[in-house]
Amino acid sequence: MPAAESRWRRWLDSDIAWSFRRSPVAILAAVVALICVVGALFAGWIAPHDPFDLASLELMDALLPPAWTAEGRATYLLGTDDQGRDVLSGILYGARISLLVGVGSVVVAMVLGVSLGLLAGYAGGSIEAFIMRVADVQLSFPAILIALLVDGVVRVAMPDSAHGGQALWVLIASIGLSGWVQYARTVRGSTLVEKRKEYVQAARVIGRHPVAIMFHHLLPNVLGPVLVIATIHLATAIITEATLSFLGVGMPVTTPSLGTLIRVGNDFLFSGEWWITVFPGLALVALALSVNLLGDWLRDALNPRLR
Amino acid sequence: MAAFVLRRLVQAALVMAAVGLIAFALFRFVGDPVVFMLGQDATPAERAAMSAQLGLDQPFHVQYGRFVARAVQGDFGLSLRQLRPVSTLFAERLPATLELSLAAALFAVAVGIPMGVYTALKPRSWLSQAFLVVSLIGVSLPTFLIGILLILVFAVQLGWLPSFGRGDVVMLGGWSTGLLTVSGLKALILPSITLGLFQMTLIMRLTRSEMLEVLRADHIRFARARGLPDRLVHFRHALRNTLVPVITVAGLQLGSIVAFAIITETVFQWPGMGLLFIQSVMFADVPVMGAYLCLIALLFVIINLVVDLLYYAVDPRLRLDGAAAH
Repeated sequence: MPAAESRWRRWLDSDIAWSFRRSPVAILAAVVALICVVGALFAGWIAPHDPFDLASLELMDALLPPAWTAEGRATYLLGTDDQGRDVLSGILYGARISLLVGVGSVVVAMVLGVSLGLLAGYAGGSIEAFIMRVADVQLSFPAILIALLVDGVVRVAMPDSAHGGQALWVLIASIGLSGWVQYARTVRGSTLVEKRKEYVQAARVIGRHPVAIMFHHLLPNVLGPVLVIATIHLATAIITEATLSFLGVGMPVTTPSLGTLIRVGNDFLFSGEWWITVFPGLALVALALSVNLLGDWLRDALNPRLR
Repeated sequence: MAAFVLRRLVQAALVMAAVGLIAFALFRFVGDPVVFMLGQDATPAERAAMSAQLGLDQPFHVQYGRFVARAVQGDFGLSLRQLRPVSTLFAERLPATLELSLAAALFAVAVGIPMGVYTALKPRSWLSQAFLVVSLIGVSLPTFLIGILLILVFAVQLGWLPSFGRGDVVMLGGWSTGLLTVSGLKALILPSITLGLFQMTLIMRLTRSEMLEVLRADHIRFARARGLPDRLVHFRHALRNTLVPVITVAGLQLGSIVAFAIITETVFQWPGMGLLFIQSVMFADVPVMGAYLCLIALLFVIINLVVDLLYYAVDPRLRLDGAAAH
């Protein structure tokens, strides 16, 4: 299709693509992030074993070291845990949960923060004062503490929420709630600038509804910086999820994320089975660091002052 | 001045009232205290009597007011898991968390500032590059992974340092301290490095950038022109001017250190308030949870209030703004 091809050409010629080709760090980070994402998305096809299929587990294969050591076996590349589950397969499935929670909580924070930021910037007055005061107060606490407290309160208030699929939603909501402030502050700033421009005044003159002006006219013009925040926030959200799961108030052992795997493996550190906890840890660092570096690069690439 | 202080105080009080409301809602609506105290098979009449005795038949705002009045005196009731007063539990755990947090802060400042000064003075040396790599690792690794790695290397592989607990503690009055015994000090090393590493990298980077900026200032060039020795220029003229923002940030980070102690205490099974909180979440021990919520909020509110007031005392522009607004 010629139209698609020319769009692809245009993308290749754009400033961002040029800056990407010039930055070896960004390329490396993109490759690592891509490997993590593909591995997580297609865990069902890529993983050599299914860690949730109880029938295929062999207790005889428990606590095998990685394949390159003397007692290791080639079928279990990164070794096995105490139940005979393949560590590599566990990491692939765990990364899927970590990414799911990360992306989910970024979406929650983004929707909440962008809406409140638009509202504060466009409405002004006491609404703005209230929203920004709340944002200031929340900003004075570390985000991970807010997520931990919200998560803890919800768990105690609703004891059923600690299990399986429910824990996922609780985590997404609490990490999302802990991260909306950055979005709201940035969007409010750009909204204050944009709302004085002619196109917004024109829309107001022809009598469009304020909500329509905010989401139809203002939103597309304030979204640029939001993308950068979202990328960097994704790395933070993944680490926050891992921390909560490590503390035992995140994903349960039945549907483990990378943090849960590290927590479980931690018990075997002293008996010398380091691979159960070190490999999920490395996967977590690779995932979070590559996303973070991509975010840093994107911020610089989109910053007109650095061009 | 009075208006500014009053606004900040009102804001602080509002935050505490909101956190108190959450804690109270937990107390009141999670589980039924009457069933908890009387057991499942009490008669409705007994329940009503108990409910009246506990004041649970009063309107919501009266109950909340009574909760606040007791909380202000440090009375959060009994822990559901240990059946002991919550205030006693926290008093027992407080020394462990405070000693760990102060050791971490000390580590962050005592290591971070010299590293920052060195990397600013000798930016091209290989040691500076190594420091910057270390700081990158410190920023990007999650706290609990750093703890696990330290345990793996220094406790499991080398066997130099203990990996959990506080070691032997000595009672000084009501304060249990691990600072006076060899095993207590050894047990403190790994947790305080884990907890302080992030703040150390923060302080190092801040010291470095501030120092680089000050070294370009006129008074440094003038001091050099006067022929003062490098040591005097660097430490008397440059370092002094970088210390103000560094100390401000270090002070602001103190609250974060106490909050992040939750993670470090879990990794090292350190018997502090953070571990108490995590256990209370797992066992749905509502009074302990509510008390921790209020305590940590109070800590942050106080730190932010003090910093705001200090800024106000230091920066005259804030005073002008305040006067213009009123």
